[in-house]
Formats: sequence, structure tokens, C-alpha cells
Amino acid sequence: MMAGTTLLDIKGVQTYYGNIRALNGVDVTVKQGEIVALIGANGAGKSTLMMTIFGAPRARAGTITFAGTDITQLPTHEIARMRIAQSPEGRRIFPRMTVMENLQMGASLDNLKHYDEDVEKVFTLFPRLKERIAQRGGTLSGGEQQMLSIGRALMARPKLLLLDEPSLGLAPLIVKQIFDAIRELNRTQGLTVFLVEQNAFGALKLATRGYVMVNGNVTMSGTGKELLADPDVRAAYLEGGHH
Amino acid sequence: MAVTASPERDIVATPMQRATREALYAGAIALGLFVLFIGLRTDQNISNELILVQRWGLLAIVVVLTMAGRFLYVAYGQPFLANQKIVDVATGLLPESMATRFFRLPYFIAAIVIVAVLAFLAGSLDGLLGPGLAGYARFLRALAIIYALASVMFYFRTFIHAHFSALGITALALYPVIVVLVLAVYGGSMAAGFQGSLKWVDNFGIQILIYVMLAWGLNIVVGLAGLLDLGYVAFYAVGAYAYALLGTQYGLSFWILLPAAGAMAAFWGVLLGFPVLRLRGDYLAIVTLAFGEIIRLVLINWREVTNGSAGISGIPKVTFFGLMTFNVSDPNYIAKVFDIATSSAYYKIFLYYLILGLCLLTAFVTIRLRRMPVGRAWEALREDEIACRSLGINTTTTKLTAFATGAMFGGFAGSFFAARQGFVSPESFIFLESAIILAIVVLGGMGSLVGIAVAAMVMIGGTEVLRELDFLKQVFGPDFTPELYRMLLFGMAMVIVMLWKPRGFVGSREPTAFLKESRAVSGSFTKEGHG
Repeated sequence: MMAGTTLLDIKGVQTYYGNIRALNGVDVTVKQGEIVALIGANGAGKSTLMMTIFGAPRARAGTITFAGTDITQLPTHEIARMRIAQSPEGRRIFPRMTVMENLQMGASLDNLKHYDEDVEKVFTLFPRLKERIAQRGGTLSGGEQQMLSIGRALMARPKLLLLDEPSLGLAPLIVKQIFDAIRELNRTQGLTVFLVEQNAFGALKLATRGYVMVNGNVTMSGTGKELLADPDVRAAYLEGGHH
Repeated sequence: MAVTASPERDIVATPMQRATREALYAGAIALGLFVLFIGLRTDQNISNELILVQRWGLLAIVVVLTMAGRFLYVAYGQPFLANQKIVDVATGLLPESMATRFFRLPYFIAAIVIVAVLAFLAGSLDGLLGPGLAGYARFLRALAIIYALASVMFYFRTFIHAHFSALGITALALYPVIVVLVLAVYGGSMAAGFQGSLKWVDNFGIQILIYVMLAWGLNIVVGLAGLLDLGYVAFYAVGAYAYALLGTQYGLSFWILLPAAGAMAAFWGVLLGFPVLRLRGDYLAIVTLAFGEIIRLVLINWREVTNGSAGISGIPKVTFFGLMTFNVSDPNYIAKVFDIATSSAYYKIFLYYLILGLCLLTAFVTIRLRRMPVGRAWEALREDEIACRSLGINTTTTKLTAFATGAMFGGFAGSFFAARQGFVSPESFIFLESAIILAIVVLGGMGSLVGIAVAAMVMIGGTEVLRELDFLKQVFGPDFTPELYRMLLFGMAMVIVMLWKPRGFVGSREPTAFLKESRAVSGSFTKEGHG
């Protein structure tokens, strides 16, 4: 696929939890080869959007199109088979399975056909995981678990990688390692990344483009640099913030 | 800063004072608990009237024993256990482990001598000691044999640990042979050996292996896929009735009906699976429990087909792949084919090997499946269902295959059960059976085949051993039937194991994937100190 074509197109998506509307008609576009960041405060609906892309909860209105296919009504595992991979909120690694088994689970779409090749790529990206290969996922540190979660997602050979708060609860040095890894993936392999972050500064520095979400609405969008320079964004998410 | 402490705080109770106090508490609790259980009993007198029997003496004994036990534990047991963790000041070593102090060569020799002497006197024990003491002597002999065997196992523990599966399978394969030979030497003839082996092969061997198989089957559903199933006995029932009905009505052979029963049980597993796909944990448990009861009630009430509570009898025996049979009247009866003495033990030994084969099949399939995508998906499903879906795993089919595979092994075990008993009735498929099978899985450690096999041996073998403890009649009177206490034993064992090993005998999960080459871990990453 050519760079610049639209990969993920979210149009007018509304999502409800019971009767409570969490997303009020969200429009977000992710183009091939981009890193797109979605920033916003707690409870703005960022993670809900991430989960809506995966069909749980399902959007009540609007459409989600991936590479020209409408995936709004597909079951979650079918969406994953479209080669959208996710490092979900809370990482959700398999705690009693070893690092190796976790990575194998990531590669289960292809029935481990490219396992040996892909696992080397993951280990090049996160050498720490190689050291921990026989260890149970639950015994890893938070940063290692995040690396494993991303590594597991990469094992599925994704066209689009969704990352939900990869920096959550991690030490600044580890956050830098992880952001560097995402940048590296995007630069060398042209991987398209859509990430949700509260760490607005780090995310916008990394991102090609960004969206700002407030109370279930996208209120602002632009390139990462524009948003970083925007006075409103600075006031709301950056100044007095943590960076 | 001034420290103020209330004067009472400064007085630390000595262990003796504490033990006395706790013994009194324990006695009070025991009295409260047992006054209605033991102190009073309802009974019928000769004219069928309900009368109240008072047993204050027995109650007093129980309370005093409780107090004494608590006193000894607090005064001596607790300090002793605490000392085990304290390093000796002079040598800098921890005290010797309890096991090495318990298993010593002099004790071992003493045990061997006791066994030898009592075996030598076996015939004349009753005459020498009288029937009462002879019972104790036999019990002593049994204890000495167990101690000697345990000593040998302790001595070779590293070897046993390293080759546990191979040793276990060898022991199981040789078990009937050894039993027959030992009893033949003991009884003086092969016929006596076969006759005496009935109890050991049937009551112990086959009984335990049926539960091993059931528990291994349930392990796929509960241990691997993490779907709590309280109605597993339903599939056991489906398998048993499938063989019982098709075998008696159509005269089909066991070897055709075994896979058929497995397939039918698997079908019912899928049928149960569909409505419970969205349920997890306790909700799933309730629905599966109901499913187990539904199957049992259908078996009771659908009289035209299942013959109701009366059950189905005359279920045909298994044949030796059609080549030989185990019916004395048949022309190709095994004893006629080999021209040996008639004995019912041949069939039991054959059944033993049949169920052993079925067990090994279950284990083999489980081990293989765990390394295949579907097995890995089961385990991942147990860990995190949402993560599974986002990795592209179809959780619907994954759950259904788990239910179907588990149910299929339940069905195999069921048809074997029907063939072994020659009779099935709904009474064999009550909820208690499901509970026992689940208890074995939990005690053994979810997902661990070895742990579950050990748990089945301990729980089912233990309850069978209770039948052997005849000498207890001398202690508690002739009305005492030890096997009635098997559920008490079950409960006690569960409490003890869950306190001692909360995740079961084998609590840690065995990884299914290993590195092809073993690599030394370099310190370059671990030294960074972050993460």
C-alpha cells in the first residue's frame, strides 16, 4: 500500500456504556506509515475509542473502515485477523505463561509460520525480553511487561499497531526506550501506529499527527509539532504537567 | 521521645500459660460444636420409637482430646516448628530437615525386622496374641511396610523426581503382575494369586485409574481452559448409558461403542458449551451444575429408554478385541484358549490394562494438545479472554473444543465404567461424583497431570484403604464402619492440602515451549537496574 493512503478511517463513531454515551461522533483518520497520537485527560474516551475499533464495545453509530473494509460489525477476533494488533490498556499479557509462550500466542494467527524470524525482530527491538524468555509473564517488571505486550502484538505482523497508554506507570527511562522502539519500528519497517496517551508531551513529540479528545469529542487535531505549540494544548496538557 | 506502655503489655505470657489458655478455648469450642453431634444421638428403640441417646462420656473424651491436642501443639509443636527456621549459633547451619530425621537407617532396619518377624508369624498370630492384639499387629505390619517403602523412596528421591513419569508408568504397568506374583508366593499357588489379586486390581487399581482418567478429562476444561465445570459427571453418564443401551439393545461391541460413546459425550459437551459461552467463573459453575442434574433427572424419569432408577443390567463384557472373551460359557473363553484354570481375575486384569491404556491416551492427547495452537489457546483463554480475542483467537470455538475434548474423555471413562460394572443406574452419577472429580483436580494442581494422578491415588486409594482398617473395630466397637468416614477423610485432606499447598500438589505450571539451545544469561541487561 502506498504511503499516504488512508488505513484506518473512523467516522462519526458513537459508543455507549448502557445509556451513557462515551463517544459522541468521533472522526479520526490514520494514514499508511503514520504515527498518530490521541491525547486527552482521564475519562475523555481515549481507551473507549481504542476498544471500539476492536468491536468491544461495539459502535452504535458511525463506521470504522480498515484498508477499505468496513469492520464496524465484525467480531473482535475477525478484526484482529485483518492485521490490526493491539497492546491493550493494562498490557494484558498472560501472567502464568512464559515470555516465549506469550510471543507464540501473538503469532497464532499465522500458526507460527514466521515465528523464528519475527521473534528475532522482537528481540532486536527489546533485547531485555530475550534475557527473560523462559520467565513467566507475571514475574516481569512493568516495563518488561509493556515490552512483551508490544512484542506480542508485533508477532502478528500487523499493518496497524494500536497502543493504549504504553507509558502508563513506567519510569521515564523505560518510557523513553519504548517510545524509541515505536519510532524505530515506524522508521525502519514503515509500521503504522495509533497510540493513546496521557503523556501528551512524549506522545506528540513522537507522533506525525495528533488528536485531542475531551469528553468523548475530538476537539483539536494537527501535526504533532502544531499541537505541541498550540497554547490551548500547552495549557491543558503540558504546562505544569509531567515531563 | 518517651515511650509509654501499659503495664499489661510488658507481661508476655509464657508458652505454658498461652497453651493452657488456648487449650481451654479449644475445649470450649469443641464442646459447643460437638454437644449436638456427639453428646446426643437419636435412635430407634425396639418398638420403633424415636429415642434420644446421651453419650456424655464420648463427648468428654472428644473435648479432652481436643484440649490436649491444642495444648501440645501450642506448648511444644509451635516452638518446635519455629526452631526449625533458626540457624544454629555455633555451626551456622539450619537444623536437619524433618525428613532426614524421620528416615534413618536404624529405623529402616527396625521396620524391616518387624515386617519379617510378623510375616513369619502370620499364620499363628491369632493363636499367639488373641484376635484383638493380632489386629493391631497386622496394622503395625502395614505401617512398617509403608515406612520401609517411604524410606526407600526418600533415599532415591532425586532419581524418582528426575524420572517420575517413566517410573510411574512402569510401576502402573507392572502393578497387576506384581500383585499376582506376591500373592501367589504368599498363598502357595497361582490360583490363589489370581484370586487374591481381585481386590487389589479391581478395588484399588481400576477404581483409582477411572478417577485419574475422569480428573484428567476434567483437567482439560477446568485446569487448562479455566472453565469451572461442576457437572462433569453428566458426560460420564452419557458415555456409560451410551454403551449400556447400545450394547444391550443392539449387541454392538465395546470397541465400536467406545469411540461412539466418546463422540456422543463430546456432542453433549458442545451442546452444553453453546449456552454458557458468555459465562465465566461462578455463573458458569451454576449452569454446569444444573446441566449435570438435568442429565441425571432425565436418566431417572425417561423410563421407557433408561429403565429409570432401576438402571440397566446385563451390559456385555469387553472382549479381547473379538479374539477372546471373558464369559466362561463362550467357546473362545480365555481360559479355554490358553488351557488354564478358570478365574474371574483375568477379566479384571484385562480391564486394568484397558483403563491404563485409556488413561495414557488421555495424558498423551493432553500433552500433545498443550503444545498445539488449540491447547495454547485454552491456556491463554484461562489467563485472559479479552487479550485472546484481540490476538485473533476465536474464543467461541476454543471454548467449545475444550468442552468437547473434556467431555469425550468423560464419555470414554463412562463406557469403560459401564463395561466394568455390568450395570448402570442414575445413582452412580450424582453431583457428589462431579465434586470428587473436581476436588481431585484442585488438590492435584490445576493443569498438572502428575499432581492430579497423585491426588486421585491419595483420595480414592485412601478411602479404599479405610475399608482395610478392621482393627479400628476393636477400638470403636464392632458397629464401627471406617468406610463411612471417607467423606470426612476427603474433607480433612482437602483442608490440609489447601493450607499446606494452596495451589495443589503441583502448583506451578509447566511451560510448553523451551529454548532450543540453552544460553547463559549475560549480565549486561540485568545490571542496568531499571524496570
